[in-house]
Amino acid sequence: MSLTPRTEKKGERLGQRERYYAGARAALPFALATGVLGVSFGVLAGSLGWGALAAIVSSVVICSGSAQFAVAAVLGSGGGPFAAIVAAILLNARFGPMGVAIGPYLKGGPLRRALEGQTVLDASWALASRGGGRFDREFMIGATVPQVVAWLGGTAVGVLGGDFVGDPERLGLDAIFPAFFLVLLMEELRGGRSAITVALIATALALLLVPHVPPGVPVIAACAAALIGLRRTS
Amino acid sequence: MTTLWLTILAVALANAAIKASGPVLVGGRELPPRANAVISLLAPALLAALVVTETFGEDGALVLDEKALGVGVAAVALLLRAPVLVAVFLAALTAALARAFS
Repeated sequence: MSLTPRTEKKGERLGQRERYYAGARAALPFALATGVLGVSFGVLAGSLGWGALAAIVSSVVICSGSAQFAVAAVLGSGGGPFAAIVAAILLNARFGPMGVAIGPYLKGGPLRRALEGQTVLDASWALASRGGGRFDREFMIGATVPQVVAWLGGTAVGVLGGDFVGDPERLGLDAIFPAFFLVLLMEELRGGRSAITVALIATALALLLVPHVPPGVPVIAACAAALIGLRRTS
Repeated sequence: MTTLWLTILAVALANAAIKASGPVLVGGRELPPRANAVISLLAPALLAALVVTETFGEDGALVLDEKALGVGVAAVALLLRAPVLVAVFLAALTAALARAFS
């Protein structure tokens, strides 16, 4: 009698674990792209005289390509630390709304939620999106693991062995990331007409804003396109 | 050097705070339907903006370069129902070839 619920529980746990693995597998192509990006970051940081330790530590504690490239770009072009910090914050402000969206699906009290929130990466978040505002927590956390490993490994390879790697742009590797985001976008567009409308508005907003505002702001402003969701329910 | 380390530390803390804010503020609460309607459209909005900025954005300007050509080829391949990895490979190959011959 007591066996049935226990087996069910075990099955549930197994299902949960399988979702971690499924997320990790789904993220492997992104991890490849992230690794390449990590190498470029390592090469860039090395060329700016950061030293291997600072480059690798930054990938561990910040663990965000957009923020780290921003810091390297601003400091590298003679900008001050304040400008670098603001640029990084603007670029990563998108994780605010993304965290609100996935928040109800994370577990535990405030501290645990704060920690689980750290696992949100662009690709993990999008891969774990199940439509209708639902998210798969285990899938997202699983998807983050190979990307983090690739980012750290890539940074180390780039900063320690940059001379042997060559120029990632010559190999066209910088086209990989936007192409992957395009793949995820096309998946989302199957969600229906409102998804397509929102994507078109967001595209227009981003194109209009890129030349006029600091990097990062167009992406946050484009989130406003999602507000047409209000119209649908009113 | 100290400036670099302080900047790295500050960005790490700010980044962690941004990522923590959403989950902590929302908690385990179910969001009202209107908020959910907006959130369900966040993914297409964010992804469209990321595609635009990563493809055409370069130091605060719009540029149409070999990378954009590569992403365009990937878009066509995806519309023709090519497998994901083929489309992404074509993006890199196109950008690399375009750079080699430009």
